[in-house]
Amino acid sequence: MRRALAALRLDDMRTYAELPRLMTAMTGDEKHGPSATSTLDVLWVLYDQVLRVSPDRLDDPGRDRFLLSKGHGPAAYYAVLAAKGFIPEPWLAGFGSAGSRLGYHPDRNLIPGVEIASGSLGHGLPLGVGLAHGLIARGLLTPRVFVLVGDAELDEGSNAEAIVYAGAVGLANLVVVAVDNQSSSFGWGRGGIEAHFAVSGWSVTRVSGRDHAALAAALSASGSGEGPRLVVAAVEGKAES
Amino acid sequence: MSDMRTVFASAASSVLDEDPLAAVVLAEISADLFAKAAARHPDRVLNVGIREQLMISVGGGLALAGLRPIVHTYAPFLVGRAFEQVKLDLGHQEARAVLVSVGASYDAARAGRTHQAPEDVALIDTVPGFAVQVPGHPDEVAELLRGAMGVLDSGSTYLRLSTESNRSTLPLWPGLQVVRPGRRAVVVAVGPMLSPVLDAVSDLDVTVAYTTTVRPFDGEGLRALAADAADTVVLVEPYLAGTSAYAASAALAGRSAFRLLSIGVGRYELRRYGTPSYHAARYGLDATGIRRSVTDFLGA
Repeated sequence: MRRALAALRLDDMRTYAELPRLMTAMTGDEKHGPSATSTLDVLWVLYDQVLRVSPDRLDDPGRDRFLLSKGHGPAAYYAVLAAKGFIPEPWLAGFGSAGSRLGYHPDRNLIPGVEIASGSLGHGLPLGVGLAHGLIARGLLTPRVFVLVGDAELDEGSNAEAIVYAGAVGLANLVVVAVDNQSSSFGWGRGGIEAHFAVSGWSVTRVSGRDHAALAAALSASGSGEGPRLVVAAVEGKAES
Repeated sequence: MSDMRTVFASAASSVLDEDPLAAVVLAEISADLFAKAAARHPDRVLNVGIREQLMISVGGGLALAGLRPIVHTYAPFLVGRAFEQVKLDLGHQEARAVLVSVGASYDAARAGRTHQAPEDVALIDTVPGFAVQVPGHPDEVAELLRGAMGVLDSGSTYLRLSTESNRSTLPLWPGLQVVRPGRRAVVVAVGPMLSPVLDAVSDLDVTVAYTTTVRPFDGEGLRALAADAADTVVLVEPYLAGTSAYAASAALAGRSAFRLLSIGVGRYELRRYGTPSYHAARYGLDATGIRRSVTDFLGA
């Protein structure tokens, strides 16, 4: 993470550097485990450089849609939403309490800018397929649908239904970013996660999930325009932390 | 006369023509009936293959994009197989859709248990915000579908189609509709149970009330009818027995005393093939069985 930090532009440094403090406001912990931070850099790069979203256009039909499918361990997500002005910073302190809008899994009906309620694994990508279809059906050809999944989340069979289908129909406005911290018990074998998407017609790429420039380039790439894209964001495994 | 499924496909195709935000999501079942609509509206008629989880989730995603999805397949695959998706990707997201099933409890008697869904309404009933409509005749299907599309802004609807049908149709009414009055009990006939109920109680002094609307349940209507019929109620439902018993009990809770009998599909597996009428007879849902249950309940 230190190397990635050094590559940041100065004006971004200020808010990116604040993320640990915002996460501490939620958990009270000074240090954060790898499951809480595996998505941190991906989320930051998405909201800082990739997604065409902002707090003043929450209902804009032309906005990009970001679906956090891996809803577990949302501290990094909430920290980024606070840093980018989607939620007031004081909300963070109540994390998980009865009066808080911020639960251990996020709820779209409680949090501005959150597109889906997640927690149960394997729902974000199939919902994203429908959303991508729906935008096209409405003639909204500019906005893209980004879905963040975890490598172990892909164990859920519902993803297999979505991966084959989305590739077959060529949903070019759909981008999956799979944060790979090698936490799936049985893994993805030779060729990794991307092999499973590639055979279904997805264009795939793998980058460091801590390298902001590489993430930004991979996530912003226009792709072939003929089908959905997968970006595998590799981070350190849980065991290595 | 067309069957309910054919009527539905025709009505849904018209809805697609008229409403630019309507969409249909399929999982192979009935795809042939939507071929022309798919040719006219390729972006809004989606067949996802034999993927029922994805079918429901795509419906949810379409709703999140601002569309009004109709999601359709066989009842056990629409409700049971993809129930987590119904609960979370529609209910929990507050993404609204009209779910339309065929097959009902035992239309596919010959196909066996895998193609039967007597539990569907009970399951859907655990998801907040779902209306349930059970037409009793093909001529009621188009109006119920259009009605469900019309109220999508306030909630989802489960529309349960069947090859079982009443002999004739009635003008639709949102709650209980008295077909004939009586004094000893109110017999509520849901959807295609009306004809067998009328045959079963033809010489009994009971009120027969018909409804297609199971949820929201017309508790107020039931309370009023029961007050003139000895506070005695018989529910006759074409799915799991007792599915609406709690709703009827809640409606009658303020009475000093009431009696309630729930008739429906038994809570056991028949493990027989045969015809729908054979299954109805075995579950006591034909006119003979209903008559036996009602007369036992009321006493001589």
